[in-house]
Amino acid sequence: MTDGNILSLITFLPAIGALIILVTRGDEATVARNARYVALWTTSITFFVSLYIWWQFDPTTSDFQFVQQTEWLGGAITYHMGVDGISMLFVILTTFLMPACILASWTSIEKRVKEYMIAFLVLETLMIGVFCALDLVLFYLFFEGGLIPMFLIIGVWGGARRIYASFKFFLYTFAGSVLMLLAIMAMYWDAGTTSIPVLLEHDFPVDMQLWLWLAFFASFAVKMPMWPVHTWLPDAHVEAPTAGSVILAGILLKMGGYGFLRFSLPMFPVASADLAWLVFGLSVIAIVYASLVALVQEDMKKLIAYSSVAHMGFVTMGIFAANTQGVQGGIFQMLSHGWVSGALFLCVGVVYDRMHTREIAAYGGLVNRMPLYAMAFMVFTMANVGLPGTSGFVGEFLTIVGTFKVNTWVAAIAATGVILAAGYALYLYRRIVFGALEKDTLKSMMDLNRREVITLAPLLAATLFFGVYPAPIMDVTAASVDNLIANYTAAVEAHRLAGETGLIGQVASLFAGN
Amino acid sequence: MDYAASDVPAFLPALPEIILALGAMALLMYGVFRKECDARETSFGVLGLFALVGAVLITEPNATVHTFGDTFVVSGFTKFMKLLILLAAAAAIVMSLTYIRREKMDRFEFPVLIALATLGMFMMVSANGLISLYMGLELQSLSLYVIAAFNRDSGRATEAGLKYFVLGALASGMLLYGASLIYGFTGTVEFPAIAAVLETEGANIGTIFGIVFVLAGLAFKISAVPFHMWTPDVYEGAPTPVTAFFAGAPKVAAMALVLRVLFGAFPAMEAEWQQIVIFISIASMVLGAFAAIGQSNIKRLMAYSSISHMGFALVGVAAGTPEGIRGVLIYLVIYVVMNAGVFCCILAMQRKEGYVETIGDLSGLSRNQPMVAFLLAMLMFSLAGVPPLAGFFGKFYVFMAAIEAGLYPLAVIGVLSSVVGAYYYLRIVKIMYFDEPAEPFEQPMPGELAAILGVSGVFTMLFFVYPAPLILGAQAAVGALLP
Repeated sequence: MTDGNILSLITFLPAIGALIILVTRGDEATVARNARYVALWTTSITFFVSLYIWWQFDPTTSDFQFVQQTEWLGGAITYHMGVDGISMLFVILTTFLMPACILASWTSIEKRVKEYMIAFLVLETLMIGVFCALDLVLFYLFFEGGLIPMFLIIGVWGGARRIYASFKFFLYTFAGSVLMLLAIMAMYWDAGTTSIPVLLEHDFPVDMQLWLWLAFFASFAVKMPMWPVHTWLPDAHVEAPTAGSVILAGILLKMGGYGFLRFSLPMFPVASADLAWLVFGLSVIAIVYASLVALVQEDMKKLIAYSSVAHMGFVTMGIFAANTQGVQGGIFQMLSHGWVSGALFLCVGVVYDRMHTREIAAYGGLVNRMPLYAMAFMVFTMANVGLPGTSGFVGEFLTIVGTFKVNTWVAAIAATGVILAAGYALYLYRRIVFGALEKDTLKSMMDLNRREVITLAPLLAATLFFGVYPAPIMDVTAASVDNLIANYTAAVEAHRLAGETGLIGQVASLFAGN
Repeated sequence: MDYAASDVPAFLPALPEIILALGAMALLMYGVFRKECDARETSFGVLGLFALVGAVLITEPNATVHTFGDTFVVSGFTKFMKLLILLAAAAAIVMSLTYIRREKMDRFEFPVLIALATLGMFMMVSANGLISLYMGLELQSLSLYVIAAFNRDSGRATEAGLKYFVLGALASGMLLYGASLIYGFTGTVEFPAIAAVLETEGANIGTIFGIVFVLAGLAFKISAVPFHMWTPDVYEGAPTPVTAFFAGAPKVAAMALVLRVLFGAFPAMEAEWQQIVIFISIASMVLGAFAAIGQSNIKRLMAYSSISHMGFALVGVAAGTPEGIRGVLIYLVIYVVMNAGVFCCILAMQRKEGYVETIGDLSGLSRNQPMVAFLLAMLMFSLAGVPPLAGFFGKFYVFMAAIEAGLYPLAVIGVLSSVVGAYYYLRIVKIMYFDEPAEPFEQPMPGELAAILGVSGVFTMLFFVYPAPLILGAQAAVGALLP
């Protein structure tokens, strides 16, 4: 195997698994069992193969690696794959979370198992493709294609209001990204190509940058999701099956942040600098508002969904601080949130499978019957709060430090979000796990079984390991992030020297106070 | 071009049309003189005829040839369009095989009329002057009026046929009036000559009026807003295979005609007609998207869907660039294939008591017929324009051209209306996948429908793997259309 097509292999391995499941025949029970095992094996193999690229990855360069390029749509639009320090770890994150999703659905999905597993494997292909694509059109294909399986996952296997949630999810994200599509076309006509490495070198005219930035922002802000277009997320999370929530929170949300890092910041640096105030504003609103909303939730999944919105606020804030700490912190926060929020949804799923309710009020005192569960849930809760020693701390700390260098006020307000996070997360934990075990229905609850332990253990290990030793992640991202920041700063400086401060820029400087 | 009235024109370029005309006549005679001839025999006859014509078309050279006193043109563009029309018409005949037998409209004229309509479309595509344009258009339209009302015992079908006829005749009249104005103000009916006159003399009020009337007539044929009113009623009332036919081939032919007229005769007046095209494009996309939301009959829904799809295709026309025309051609091919697949599913919606047509009847189809439901769902996502399915690429190329031409408002309105449109396509997916199963349809679906559905579904899903042939083919066709 050459390095040339390893990324294609990782991307399409799950699709092959889906094909295998598609052709399995037999009575329903056999098909369901086979589908589960094929899905588990496929995702696990994909994960181990993807570790190969981490192992072979050269962290000293900011260039794209494992590049593959072949003819596709004719002309300048090609099938172009590759990863750099920013995208590589997202690929790993995706392949890492998928086996957990399959395991989490092992018994909780009883109807249409075959279709469910196919949908998940196709979704994995599309998600990996998003992070590997080095061509804008290819990126868009993967980015949007993911809507189809996710729509079906929420709609077929979701909860009571699943139809409303699936439509809302689909139409929100679709509306956001069609504008991005137009921006992609405009970029094609300006630069003559949709190759991402070439576009990263291309200087877009300043006026055009503003519009392109806004179009991309429309898409990524919805995906992220940022306040005020976040409302699809709580609905989608609540109605999706457990594994669907894990993927949604763990990976789909990261596509927005990845998009900011891959496109908005490096390709439209001037617009990013001019509009950073807007992102800062929306981010702090998201952090404070979503945290406050999370405090009053009665539904466990909804609470975690709002906490996701708040955590993504830290990410956008860090990214648009546009310095090494901020961006590094943003990436780390996304990765950490990937497994922490994923694990929290899995924890909700564990009790939901037993009790079939997500009402917080229906629980209490679980520590008495479920000590293992209480322990795991506690670690993830602490990571969600951002306690030092867990991976949640590193990202939040770095993004706040990065932002502090740019704008003290934003950083200060964002820091209150950490306190609020402690508020809602600990409050949730106390209501579910502590207290006396009074409710009769809970008295027969069983602790984590072996499958659940296997599902949660790797996530727990990642949370603690990267909490005390974040270097493996930081080393990988460092070169690419430094390069990104250097180019960004140079472009913004050059623009400032040219003295073209547009109207937006003047308004922006009023808001930013500099 | 020099020619004397006594010169015998070259017949060879029109060989496909001649074969089609003679073949259709022969089949008609066969049906008349052979007692108790049913549609099955003539259907296979017409399919054989189509195969022959297709073979002749494919072997024709790509060079541009004018004949019949410059009123008839053959080029790579006409070849591309005719092949597409032939494919769509053949699919419609195959799809009708089971239906006409079950619905007791098993008469031999049906396939022959489709062949004659196809001949008219060929003529439209090759028309190089206003008179040949009108000849082709009327041959096509009259055949279509008849087959719309072919199920003569059905009140709905007769109503549809009559409606179609009255409104269609009105549109033809407008077109004819426009043509006469253009002739009056330019002194010629041949497209290249009109272009030459306009090039030197510039546009005047008479030709502008003329172009408006001609465009109004053509807009009726492609069912673009504001001349779309007939579409939902005719689609709903006509027998389903006829609707499937209406949604495919005639749209292609009329769109080819739009391209021929605008780029062949009026390139000098682009600024004038561009405004009109932009308006009808936006109006079609928006109306098609919003009006379809409330529909419960799937044929009506597909009518509004086709209105909005024509709006999307017109985005490429509005761009007025080679990229735009290429986008239109790619769009039409993808549209025809997707539509054929969807109508196969509609034709398979039959229970013991007969055919059903409401969306609710699809309820829970994913349980009863998982494969059909899956393919129909993919077609729906594709119609909505979700990547990586084929429908996305159709939209991609037309909007790409619109952005290049700087038509930003058109592009933004277009993509936003595609989001609105996505809602009703998703609604069908929702009914099939999320709702509880209703009474199942008769299974298995007829083999010929399954085959067409399969081809359409595979094309839609795997188009992205190897799109180059279609894109290059469309590119070559555009090269032949624009001098």
